[in-house]
Amino acid sequence: MSLLNLENVTLRFGGLTAVDRLSFSVEKGEVFAIVGPNGAGKSTVFNLISRFYDPAEGSITFDGHDLLKSKPSGVAAYGVARTFQNIELFEHATVLQNLLVGRHRHRRSNLVSEIFFTPAVRKQEIQNRHYVEEIIDFLDLQPYRDKMIAGLPYGVRKVVEVGRALATDPKLLLLDEPASGLSVEETTDMRWWIDDIRRQMGITVLMVEHDMGLVSGVSDRVLAMADGAELALGTPQQVQSHPAVIEAYLGASA
Amino acid sequence: MRIIFKTDYMQDIRPWKDGYQLSLYLILLALAVAAPFLLDAFYLGELNNVLIWAIAGMGLMILTGHTGQASLGHAAFLALGCYSNIILMESGVPFMLAFPIAGIITGLVGVLIAIPALRLHGVYLAIATLALSILADDIIVLTAEWTGGVGGKYAPPVNVFGYNIDRWGTPDAFYWLTLGVAVIVTLGYINLLRAPLGRSFIAVRDSEVSAQAMGVDVARTKAISFGLSCMVTGWAGALMGLFAGAFNNETFSIIISIELLMMIVIGGLGSIHGAFLGAMVIGFLPQFLSLSKEWIGALTGTTISLPGMEFGVFGMILIAFILFEPMGMYGRWLKIRTYFELFPFYRKDMFKRQKSYLKTERLR
Repeated sequence: MSLLNLENVTLRFGGLTAVDRLSFSVEKGEVFAIVGPNGAGKSTVFNLISRFYDPAEGSITFDGHDLLKSKPSGVAAYGVARTFQNIELFEHATVLQNLLVGRHRHRRSNLVSEIFFTPAVRKQEIQNRHYVEEIIDFLDLQPYRDKMIAGLPYGVRKVVEVGRALATDPKLLLLDEPASGLSVEETTDMRWWIDDIRRQMGITVLMVEHDMGLVSGVSDRVLAMADGAELALGTPQQVQSHPAVIEAYLGASA
Repeated sequence: MRIIFKTDYMQDIRPWKDGYQLSLYLILLALAVAAPFLLDAFYLGELNNVLIWAIAGMGLMILTGHTGQASLGHAAFLALGCYSNIILMESGVPFMLAFPIAGIITGLVGVLIAIPALRLHGVYLAIATLALSILADDIIVLTAEWTGGVGGKYAPPVNVFGYNIDRWGTPDAFYWLTLGVAVIVTLGYINLLRAPLGRSFIAVRDSEVSAQAMGVDVARTKAISFGLSCMVTGWAGALMGLFAGAFNNETFSIIISIELLMMIVIGGLGSIHGAFLGAMVIGFLPQFLSLSKEWIGALTGTTISLPGMEFGVFGMILIAFILFEPMGMYGRWLKIRTYFELFPFYRKDMFKRQKSYLKTERLR
């Protein structure tokens, strides 16, 4: 059974159909990329999975759960983590605090035990810290641990956001343009990290990306979208040479 | 310059950085406990007032400084805490029980109000809570049967384990009571901030969408924050009523709400220190102004009377802070401390914000 399943999902904003009867499924352990021109509805698909939008039709299931029945905050509890296209970090908190918020879905303490900071809360905090430190090591974030996000360079923020998503210990990681705004070198780093996230951590990755080098380098399958609908689905090579994709990007058929 | 080598996660989980910092706070606490022996009755009363304001400030700080929700309605919760404490005491509940219950009642009412009110954002929430402040006045008059209405009420004597605590009769004991409440609230606040709930407050403040994506239930977190905020404010209100001795529908006016909000902005949003620093400004400014009026009067041989001068000065201080030091007094203190710690390597732009980047289009 596929990990994530979208079936006939349609989303309309008034007269605009942002996502048009879109169906695809992501298998466990693969890296699945969504490509397409601007306005194709790629980020909207992410926002649908995150439950920020309600689809007009269709169904979204994850790991046997009907996501459409869950609250936006409940999606993370099933093991779906995400990053944002324009970086949505907690600006006035340190890198460490940001990553620790990622551990929120594993919170076992309650209001009263936290106010008294009972030994159980302390133990949980040490465990959370331990988990977060492993992610800091994995993403080489050691120099920034106690720095405020507000003063960090763009490239580091991108990595912190991936780290925060990993801190939730997800089954599925949604990366919204992980390489946008990164230098060539940083993009190469990102590529190895995505590879390691899949291989070492066993996390399935669904990403939206424009950088075709990154897409063909790490992804197993690619979905090309235009105007909210599927254009082509297959291996990176198949999609890149698909006539409909060439037409969408270059205008006329060759 | 002190350098702290970290070898244990507990060093980050403990509320103090090292023994030096801990000893400073212990000395401060010792001085606070010894204050009745060091100060005369007038200044002890002033200090007591500052502590009560600081408790109220911490109440609002939870909501505004850490969860990012502005409230202009906290005078209503001060009133609720005050009246429920007094009414419980008058109906025979001992103070040691009535006081905590008054806070809990205020907190629960806060949650009930929060559920609809916190659907609003920013300035709209401020307007909605402003209405609360105005309503509180009318509700106190309408329920005159219990609250005494315009005629007001007098605080009954407080009895703790057979020991009488009275603002005028035993000011030392009343001061220690206030200090005790302040210390307990501060400790609880510190604990909250280093636990997951405190972090989720900050998450909601800085980015609701990503808080949601991390599994934080935004509506619920805001309601909890509002409830805790009201509970602490209720305790401050109860102490305020006992401290004042007499109060009526006009004691907890809209002005108090505004002063409270100004206080935490001047002190420094998002820090516990800010609540205390702001409370000192609020508490000592009127005394300072009347003293300086006397000095100037004595120097020039005239008498100065400027009605509303206090609020004018207060407003100017607030504007100055918003323009020149948005991080408040605590932010300024951090800069001064860093200057001395790094001397002579402090650079002028060290705390300058770097440009912030685009945020994901708001989904609501």
